[in-house]
Amino acid sequence: MELYDLEKKFQEKIEKEIKIEPRDWMPDAYRKTNLRQISQHAHSEIVGMLPEGNWISRAPSLKRKAILIAKVQDEAGHGLYLYSAAETLGTSREQMIDDLHSGKAKYSSIFNYPTLTWADMGAVGWLVDGAAILNQVMLCRTSYGPYARAMVRICKEESFHQRQGFESLLVMSQGTEAQRAMCQDAINRWWWPSLMMFGPKDSESTNSDQSMKWKIKRKTNDELRQQFVDMIAEQIKLLGMTLPDPDLRWNEERKHYDFGEINWTEFWNVVKGNGPCNKQRLEARNKAHEEGAWVRAAALAYAEKKRVRTTAKVA
Amino acid sequence: MHIQIRKFYYGDIPEENTGGATPINHSTEQGWPLWEVFIRSKQGLDHKHVGSLHAADAAMAIENARDVYTRRQEGVSIWVVESKFVHASDPADAESLYEPAADKIYRHPTFYDLPDAVKHM
Ligand SMILES: [Fe+2]
Ligand SMILES: [Fe+2]
Repeated sequence: MELYDLEKKFQEKIEKEIKIEPRDWMPDAYRKTNLRQISQHAHSEIVGMLPEGNWISRAPSLKRKAILIAKVQDEAGHGLYLYSAAETLGTSREQMIDDLHSGKAKYSSIFNYPTLTWADMGAVGWLVDGAAILNQVMLCRTSYGPYARAMVRICKEESFHQRQGFESLLVMSQGTEAQRAMCQDAINRWWWPSLMMFGPKDSESTNSDQSMKWKIKRKTNDELRQQFVDMIAEQIKLLGMTLPDPDLRWNEERKHYDFGEINWTEFWNVVKGNGPCNKQRLEARNKAHEEGAWVRAAALAYAEKKRVRTTAKVA
Repeated sequence: MHIQIRKFYYGDIPEENTGGATPINHSTEQGWPLWEVFIRSKQGLDHKHVGSLHAADAAMAIENARDVYTRRQEGVSIWVVESKFVHASDPADAESLYEPAADKIYRHPTFYDLPDAVKHM
């Protein structure tokens, strides 16, 4: 079949909402875009364990510690589901890990911000997981089968992440003056970076929206961001806290909340590697990987030894 | 003036050298093999494919599958098969393999028109 026909047939499948599976024909660029997006998503889950892992040993109660461990363990699982999905596109796990550790591959910039107080655990769950969930719910309908299936599994696990975060802030918001101040401070610091998670504005680009045409993505950055603002602007009322944006107000005409301008200079700085914790995060990942090398080698050697023994017994 | 900013969708940052850490030497480390995981969600049901993972051997694959795929009581039994032992039909053969079934509607009970008087059939 001619390349043109293959591409036409491929697009027809996409239009008909037929999922693309690993061994199906797909355009090179589709493979590449998916590979990049899924592996970046996997890296984000893995690096995302660091800011929260930071507080496990300092959780204020056994209950909160158990919850935080369970959440961080879930994120490890999400990383693994996604690495597996990415591997079906023909790249090895080792290659992806190498690309993360060398700084070649990207991960969500949000994880380059520090978690400074216990209240940050609540704010991260509520705002950061909240923003991620909107994206992930959309991705449950993405066109690449293994990615969509991983997302369905992830979404089932995510909703507890956001709920525990909000609940933790709710408790603080009803606490002492100092606890209330800590709660507001965490919201102040996490609000803008959470909005940045959705990426640049739709209007500021002339790129063709190939990802939309291929139904890898199904909503634009601005659509998702607006959805997020509308959701959070209502939820914060229940905390009795405020969002740090003087321009935030309900627009009766649009039936949406208007909100202020994001600091795009900061956004690009963090993407380019100059955020508060970029260096620290990569160092932590590299250290863990290097220190685990002997464990990986030993497990392989042990498996080989066992294999040789069983073959000897059979013979 | 209209300023153009490179756009990327959330979760997809374009590949280019945008800074970050210094490159490291790529590892030559031999990775653990890939395993496919099948889970029986409830006694009486089939094992169903749920995903894959890496492990040094079968015992470790089962342990890892327990941690990765059954954290919320999703299963009561696990099968693992090393991925290299799975053989699959070729998607390019789909037409010749599955389309012949399409015109054999007499294989379905609804093909047969029976009077209403016939009960329990
Ligand atoms: Fe996650
Ligand atoms: Fe999460």
